[in-house]
Amino acid sequence: MSSDTIDVRYVAKLARIALTDEEVDKFGAQLGDLLAHVNALAELDTSLVPATAQVVESRNVERDDVVIPGLDREVVLSQAPQRQGAFFRVPRIIAE
Amino acid sequence: MALENDPIERSAADIARDVNAGTISASEVVEGTLAHVDAVDARVGAYLTILHDAARERAANVDARVRSGERLPLAGVPLAVKDNMCLTATRTTCGSRILEHWIAPYTATAVARMLEAGCVPIGKTNLDEFAMGSSCENSALGITRNPYDLSRVPGGSSGGSAAAVAAREAAIGLGSDTGGSIREPGAFCNLIGFKPTYGRISRYGLIAFASSLDQIGPLTRTVEDAALAYDAMAGHDPMDATSIDRPVEPAAASLRRDLHGLRIGLVREFDTEKLGPDVDKAYDRAYAELKALGADLVEVSLPTADYGLATYYLIAPAECSSNLSRFDGVRYGLRVDADDVQAMYERTRAAGFGSEVKRRILIGTHALSSGYYDAYYVRAQKARTLIARDFETAFASCDLIACPAASSPAFAFNAKSDPYSMYMMDYYTIPMSLAGLPALSVPCGWVTPAGGVEPMPLGLQLCAPLFAEPLLLGAAHAYERATMHAVKHLPLVVSGARA
Repeated sequence: MSSDTIDVRYVAKLARIALTDEEVDKFGAQLGDLLAHVNALAELDTSLVPATAQVVESRNVERDDVVIPGLDREVVLSQAPQRQGAFFRVPRIIAE
Repeated sequence: MALENDPIERSAADIARDVNAGTISASEVVEGTLAHVDAVDARVGAYLTILHDAARERAANVDARVRSGERLPLAGVPLAVKDNMCLTATRTTCGSRILEHWIAPYTATAVARMLEAGCVPIGKTNLDEFAMGSSCENSALGITRNPYDLSRVPGGSSGGSAAAVAAREAAIGLGSDTGGSIREPGAFCNLIGFKPTYGRISRYGLIAFASSLDQIGPLTRTVEDAALAYDAMAGHDPMDATSIDRPVEPAAASLRRDLHGLRIGLVREFDTEKLGPDVDKAYDRAYAELKALGADLVEVSLPTADYGLATYYLIAPAECSSNLSRFDGVRYGLRVDADDVQAMYERTRAAGFGSEVKRRILIGTHALSSGYYDAYYVRAQKARTLIARDFETAFASCDLIACPAASSPAFAFNAKSDPYSMYMMDYYTIPMSLAGLPALSVPCGWVTPAGGVEPMPLGLQLCAPLFAEPLLLGAAHAYERATMHAVKHLPLVVSGARA
């Protein structure tokens, strides 16, 4: 199984969360401790066991391809941090 | 002192009967409840939002329906809704800064069905942020106290709904349970905390934490009320692809008087001695009470259950890291501005999420990241298979399983500063969640914890095979009626003692 260390800065980058130096230290220690606990799973022989994503019967769920009313656009956009007309406005994505 | 005929003291079943009979109106019930909430909630802190106007409007609507001849199974019943369930045009925060001011544009199916059945929403209740925690201490928006000892936590994550029902600020509370978040606060607050089979109640409008585990259920003061709530909410919903499309057998009609003919399994690996002599003795007494009611006690084994916590703390954070990626400052909730979109995401999520949510997102992102996916996430999913198989084997020799609902009675604030010690509270509830099984907590006795002065309730967990909710609630009803543990103490804020 994997080691008990976690590259907190790298993972935080993947998770899109800015961390302070104090948080990096604190979470690094706490998550290392948690990984040490979860590594106990290595004791189980799971070589012949299928994975379970969800316990109860699952199947493809389909419905007829018909238009049903969605949420009102104005109601949804009223919750946007920033909007422009009928759009969500975000900071620049592509550099000039 | 609350009296027996006081509407705030009465069960949902009694309220509905009287409102349908016209001997009291929904409006009278709701006015009494709101007055009580206004008097005590400053001390309890169950609610993040109190819906005075909406409750009065809804109560008037229920009264009109009843006058026009409708009979509603939950007519006029005051309802507390955990604040991770959407109620249209109402603030829905998840106890998080990132959704502190978000107004839900629609209503969760489970909530809508309770309203259709006649419930009146009193307010939205506090929770551990995004339902991650076991004490409500992880809420960014408020402190909730245990009505039986205000220096102790109500449990979590559905601690606000539990505290509301325990303090008679509602007759039914809606909670969500991912690894124990209904059952543990139910135990801490002297309530029935009931998590149905995964997929039995629609998750549409429940803000997702770990989608393969999340399940809505009721917190109530009687088993009959839990059955009525279940009957109102259970059933297929096309808006939730994981909701189960098979008929629901009503539970309220299956309540039993005894346990004759039932085999109840005690789990060999769940030794209660380590919980301390008082708690150990209380559970021994509870098992003896099951036997005295006619149950045949048998020993069963769940050899993999000890790995439940490790399995859960990979699967739940993995799913949470994926689900919570939607909170990025673009479409709703908090945004912290920055010059480029990447920095906007990172600053928004840094400011919007609390420590526990960040920890779980980080561990989940790690477990799903390239190079670790098989070792962590896939291995946890395989362990989940083994845990589910353990239960299948156990249920070949018993009808129900009985065990503790939590690792201790309600603890004091700040008592669990190390995250893992908090996670241990759910040791007995997580295996059932991983296996998708229906389970509930029912009051089974009182202990005075070391350092405490008030007697605190303990919960007995009963667990049934998939879809056996009527059997589970039926047996719990027999146990509740025969033992009456719940009514031995009133919460301080209701009795007036030292409150």
